[in-house]
Amino acid sequence: MVVGLVGSRDPGGKRRRTLAATKLGKGAAWLSRTAGLGEGGIIGGRVAMALDRDVLSGLASGRTVVLVTGTNGKTTTTSMVTRALSAAGPVASNSTGANMPDGHVAALMARPEARYAVLEVDEMHLDIAAEQTKPAVILLLNLSRDQIDRVGEVRTVAARLRQVVVDSPQAVVVANADDPMVVFAAEPAQRVVWVSVGGGRWTGDATSCPKCGERIDVSVERWACACGLRRPEPAWAVRDQTVITDSGRELALQLNLPGQVNYGNAALAMAAVAQLGVVPEAALPRIREVSEVAGRYGDLVIGGRKVRLLLAKNPAGWHEMLQLVRASGRPVMLVVNAREADGFDLSWLWDVPFEQLAGLQVVVAGERAADMAVRLRYARVDVTMNPDPVEAVRMTPPGDLDVIANYTAFRMLRVKGEA
Amino acid sequence: MNGNPGPSAVRIALVLPDMLGTYGDRGNVAVLAERLRLRGIGSEVVEINAGEFVPADCDLYMLGGGEDVAQLVAVRHLRQQGTLVQAARRGAVVLAVCAGMQILGTSFVGSDGVAHGGLGLLDVNTRPMPKRAIGELVVRPDPAFGDELLTGFENHGGCTYLGQDARPLGAVLAGVGNGVNGVEGAVQGRVIGTYLHGPCLARNPAFADRLLAMVTGTELAPLSIPEVDALRTERLRAAGVR
Ligand SMILES: [Zn+2]
Repeated sequence: MVVGLVGSRDPGGKRRRTLAATKLGKGAAWLSRTAGLGEGGIIGGRVAMALDRDVLSGLASGRTVVLVTGTNGKTTTTSMVTRALSAAGPVASNSTGANMPDGHVAALMARPEARYAVLEVDEMHLDIAAEQTKPAVILLLNLSRDQIDRVGEVRTVAARLRQVVVDSPQAVVVANADDPMVVFAAEPAQRVVWVSVGGGRWTGDATSCPKCGERIDVSVERWACACGLRRPEPAWAVRDQTVITDSGRELALQLNLPGQVNYGNAALAMAAVAQLGVVPEAALPRIREVSEVAGRYGDLVIGGRKVRLLLAKNPAGWHEMLQLVRASGRPVMLVVNAREADGFDLSWLWDVPFEQLAGLQVVVAGERAADMAVRLRYARVDVTMNPDPVEAVRMTPPGDLDVIANYTAFRMLRVKGEA
Repeated sequence: MNGNPGPSAVRIALVLPDMLGTYGDRGNVAVLAERLRLRGIGSEVVEINAGEFVPADCDLYMLGGGEDVAQLVAVRHLRQQGTLVQAARRGAVVLAVCAGMQILGTSFVGSDGVAHGGLGLLDVNTRPMPKRAIGELVVRPDPAFGDELLTGFENHGGCTYLGQDARPLGAVLAGVGNGVNGVEGAVQGRVIGTYLHGPCLARNPAFADRLLAMVTGTELAPLSIPEVDALRTERLRAAGVR
């Protein structure tokens, strides 16, 4: 028998192959950890996938899977769903934000006993993840521009997600009713639960209709396009600082995470786990326990100073974080890189209302500090610049400060700083 | 509104930023307004979103890049109204970036593979190029636009061919530009097209001041912003120029 053909048609063979692949993958993860290459998870996942392309489907079979995708809030919402679902049983999750298929494999390998899996999925990989894991729930958070030179146009992403929804008839789709791109993607679902996330989310890109291209005025709650795409009636809704459940109960959210957007994330998480039998009263106390997500919103010491570290990866994320720092009034450091994972094009900086920082003490750092400094100059914000974040911190007035960093800058700061 | 918007204030139209504003090109308007203010000249920014009327009496019209479908909707709006074309014929200055430049041409082929008519303000036509051009772009401008190199970031899938009535904005030193004959952009009278994002005028202050001089009829006083100089030096070096 030719080994390479084993299992292509019999389920028992597939099971054996998955087991062999995960065993080797685990060895690689251990090697990677002991060799100091980092968390090990992804390497193990990569090895397992190289050995068996269908390893993810083998690992997912027999489990109840929730997939979480969207431009912003993936990691936070995944963490909320994971915590809430743990009321029902053990949950496997890629909690560190490794959201490509190798990260999914690694997460499932790490928790073979877990009945449930909650996976954060990169928007462009939802098709593979859904095909392989046959999710019970797909959670669609929001869609806006993210790293245009890498991911492609928002509309293209929305169309891809729509196809995944069509191809996943077994899944309940829990979706943000306020975001036209998400509504377009979720619309054809067999079963969809709409959630109104309330304010706080930047919708600058959603103004051109995903279906026909005409302008949609999303400043009104019940937005509608002439082509027929309109905001669906939500089953769940955020009102001020409460969530109204699908049975009409109103619960105070009282989260430990800051920011209006996290109310929406919490409501989406509650709606998702409700599909799996976890009632809101059981879910919410667990969601409240989430206070830091993979280092985000966490405190860190950089250059001898205590900083609150905030992550912003795209215009919508920056918009949210600017609201937080504006409210705190502390000195601010902005750290920007433009590596592949960030997107090489920084022109989106001009879509973010940095004018709000006027009056605050602002320093900029990172490999692309000059781009940010120019943006702030033209926004009439006083700014000092030093590419080295540790040096830049020393240029701010004494006291705690807020730091907003984009993706690779955030990761570098986490390594540099002490928790 | 900015500075003293008296009768001499420069009126700048930001045309359809909700359709043609995917790449931060609204920053070009912010740069122009601020560079005027720093010289004590007033400006008024008129933002025209889809469904709104494009006034014919602005001094400067700015169009940015956009996604394919939005580009088609934008060209339809602008053709129906006709005011942008009237303004350009009257001598208003127009800066159109990327998709904005393509729709000012005679025709462009969209992602649907179909040729669409443009506004005809630039004698150019655009067809898809085999591989999308993404990266730093450096251009030596036509001397009419000064001797300072132009730097920007390009991100487009269109190959733009110049007809007899248009001349290039400059010669490509790094990057792709129009994708034909090593040139970048198009100039015809006071209508200028380019593939430079960044936004273009944030990275190229001399070019910004050149446009303002075309509008005001006088050269503006020099203006030094050290962060802009630092950014230019860094970006030109990153592109392997200098
Ligand atoms: Zn529509």
